[in-house]
Amino acid sequence: MDVAIKDGILAVVTAYPNKVQGNVAVFVTENDQESERIALLLSRILAAMVHDLENGVYIIVKH
Amino acid sequence: MEKYSQIIILGIAIGTLARIFMLRNDYRSYPSYPHGYVTHISLGVIAAALASIALPAIMEKEFTAVTFLTIAAQQFRDIRNMERETLSKLEERSLVPRGHDYIEGIAKTFEARNYLVMFVSLVTTGVAVFTDLWLGALSGLLAIVISGLLMRGKFVRDIAIVKPGNLHFNNSLLMVDNIVIMNVGLKSSQEKILKEGVGVIIHPKDDDARATLNNMGQRQAILHDVSALVGSKLEIGEPDWTPLLRKDIDTGKLALFIIPNEKDINCIIEAIYRTPVLESAEQKPLSSEIGRKASD
Repeated sequence: MDVAIKDGILAVVTAYPNKVQGNVAVFVTENDQESERIALLLSRILAAMVHDLENGVYIIVKH
Repeated sequence: MEKYSQIIILGIAIGTLARIFMLRNDYRSYPSYPHGYVTHISLGVIAAALASIALPAIMEKEFTAVTFLTIAAQQFRDIRNMERETLSKLEERSLVPRGHDYIEGIAKTFEARNYLVMFVSLVTTGVAVFTDLWLGALSGLLAIVISGLLMRGKFVRDIAIVKPGNLHFNNSLLMVDNIVIMNVGLKSSQEKILKEGVGVIIHPKDDDARATLNNMGQRQAILHDVSALVGSKLEIGEPDWTPLLRKDIDTGKLALFIIPNEKDINCIIEAIYRTPVLESAEQKPLSSEIGRKASD
């Protein structure tokens, strides 16, 4: 049987770590371009979806 | 019993013919490989045989023979279970699943078709017993046509109008016209979606249609049929390409988004039109007084 965490934030990718708080994996990057790239890689690795919060913060969520 | 042998054979033949005729329109409901055909035609023969024997048995005053029909009913309920189980198992490995409602509809149809075969055989033998073989055959064929018409069911074409929609992004929100589909974070995904994606709007014709299309099972059935007919680029681990249907809560119209293998909007619209309306999804608020009053 497959077990997966669904509909929860698996990871956060951002160049602005001060915008994120709480108990979640945050990948801090140099700039927005790197954020985009890291988000893409994470989404493929985790088979999850990247959502853009439109403030430079990307969240990875499995649906 | 000698005089009935011809009639019984005729009943079995016409009944089997009915089953074969009904297999014809299975292409979407089921991956119709040869073994599936064999299973269903064999069960069709059994159904036809059971029904064909019933009337001659009564004429010979063998009343207990009628109890055989109850065995038939039991037998055919198993067909429903068999279809449901097979399709549910296949579903686990399907990228765009049919959904439970669709499977239930298919399973029910397969069961009902055997009862239709029995009905056709009963009509055939009934007429043949009281008149002659030719009239029996003729009425059997007529029964096939009638049952085909009665069991045709509705399609989305009957309840909705489908029009091309404008697929665009509002920042990171993917939208078809004014309906939000989902949030797509990656710029590269957004570009691909704009280039290759298709958005269409399904307008329900009336409040009955609106309630029917509101059903999640019906929506999943539409998505499955469209993906099956025009293909979908959805891949494991790449949820950005998931085909989706979302509702405009104010008007009840639905927006469909898909990245098809073949970007041909007319084929996609036709595929939606051809999706059957699921029996379990169909709702008729307009046939009640409250529904009619509320709708005006």
